[in-house]
Amino acid sequence: MTNFRNLLRIAAVVTVVLLSASGAPRADIALYGTGDLGIVIERAAGSVVIIDTTDVTARSRVEGLGDLSHASAVFSRDGRYAYVFGRDGGLTKVDLLRARISKRIVQSGNSIGGAISQDGTLIAVSNYKPGGVRVFDAKTLDPVADIPADMGDGTLSKVVGLVDAPGQQFIFSLWDAGEIWIADFMDRAQPKIRKYKNVGKNPYDALITSDGRYYVAGLFGEDGLAKLDLWAPDKGVARILDHYGRGEEKLPVYKMPHLEGWAKAGDYLFLPAVGHHEVLVVDANTWQEVTRIPVHGQPIFAVARPDGRQVWVNFAHPLNDTLQVIDVPTMQIAQTYTPGKAVLHMEFTPRGEQVWVSVRDEDRVDVYDTRTMKVIKSIAADKPSGIFLTARAGRIGL
Amino acid sequence: MPSTILPGWAERCGTMVLAGTFALMSATVSAEPISPERMASLDHLLHQDCGSCHGMTLQGGLGPALLPERFTDWDIESIADMILYGNPEKAMPPWEGLLSQADARYLAERIKSKGPNR
Repeated sequence: MTNFRNLLRIAAVVTVVLLSASGAPRADIALYGTGDLGIVIERAAGSVVIIDTTDVTARSRVEGLGDLSHASAVFSRDGRYAYVFGRDGGLTKVDLLRARISKRIVQSGNSIGGAISQDGTLIAVSNYKPGGVRVFDAKTLDPVADIPADMGDGTLSKVVGLVDAPGQQFIFSLWDAGEIWIADFMDRAQPKIRKYKNVGKNPYDALITSDGRYYVAGLFGEDGLAKLDLWAPDKGVARILDHYGRGEEKLPVYKMPHLEGWAKAGDYLFLPAVGHHEVLVVDANTWQEVTRIPVHGQPIFAVARPDGRQVWVNFAHPLNDTLQVIDVPTMQIAQTYTPGKAVLHMEFTPRGEQVWVSVRDEDRVDVYDTRTMKVIKSIAADKPSGIFLTARAGRIGL
Repeated sequence: MPSTILPGWAERCGTMVLAGTFALMSATVSAEPISPERMASLDHLLHQDCGSCHGMTLQGGLGPALLPERFTDWDIESIADMILYGNPEKAMPPWEGLLSQADARYLAERIKSKGPNR
């Protein structure tokens, strides 16, 4: 009798395993949403860890995503799929519920990032080689459009700072050409391209404000920033913040600052300086500099807690073992942490009670409580870099 | 090297250059030895930090690829100089101050000979 019961139990287990292997619906898939999930890029291993910010755990690992050095991700608007952009031109659609790859293509030789369209149907990837932007169907990853970044003489420019913008647009900058282009995909069969030339030398990254109005590109080759008002695109590109940039004393820049994380806190924008050990504070209404906050090293990311009360900053090599927190009301450094070598990225939970911080060389992701300012948990990850939560699905430019 | 040069001469010339490089290297090494630990840390730096611009597998990014085929016309000295003093026209920063001459020469050798394998 006991044996018979055991047999039954084994049979039941086998059935469940078979069902899950065949991809049949599983109760555990149907029963949760993805709003509190996200991914951590494991840059060297070419895998991602699916994380859960409610339980503060790593749920599972998905492997086989190629070269993920400098990888980033966007999310489908239902929050179920992550689209991961790898350095090797790989574009991988990861199913967060089933914890597996649902589709993967290698779309170029060398890519830098991507974006998802306003309506969620298109994925755009910016490429270094061949220089340009390629656009794919979000469901199937079938090609929709190829936009070579032709500099006018047939040579192709590397493309940086690709973002989505309202009106089914993608906006990006041409590093070699010094141009900003808008690709309008209202008609996906015939995208309209608008080019702004001579915006400045070597735009290295860009941001779009969270309301989708301003596209701002940082310039490596000269001081100042190139600003495009998308509510008045006919006015052209304006130069702002002439003192922003490498300045007269050009310090070596060991790693390009990232502008995507540019923090807007209240009326202020917090920008990582280029080469200098400073975070610039800019009035978001007038685009004038308000002050500069001295920080530990060359800032890479300056990211605001969603309520705008704090800005967290990490740094370039060789000072990348440190993490600092700016208290916005006083514009002072409120905390300095030394989590370990190579603090690469910070991501806040949607309402900001936690921030997840990757510490590459320590093989660790630290989760901080942003009220007590203490680490509540550390999660093991293999050379972690970017951290991306599904809340990005609902935000312009992310 | 021009194709009219006699093979024997070219060979000898190559040997001389090689010998010269070794002499230079050993001179530097004796003044400033690189420990195996330092080598490991420089390898790490090459892939992770140079890799910020040149790609973690050195296949290129915002900066060009750091693969041996790109450096066939470069000698160790020129690569080491590029590492130490940078290129103000491009985004290549000078690493002088963070890296010693011996460090730079080790990285130059590494880039010129070993390719992307870690």
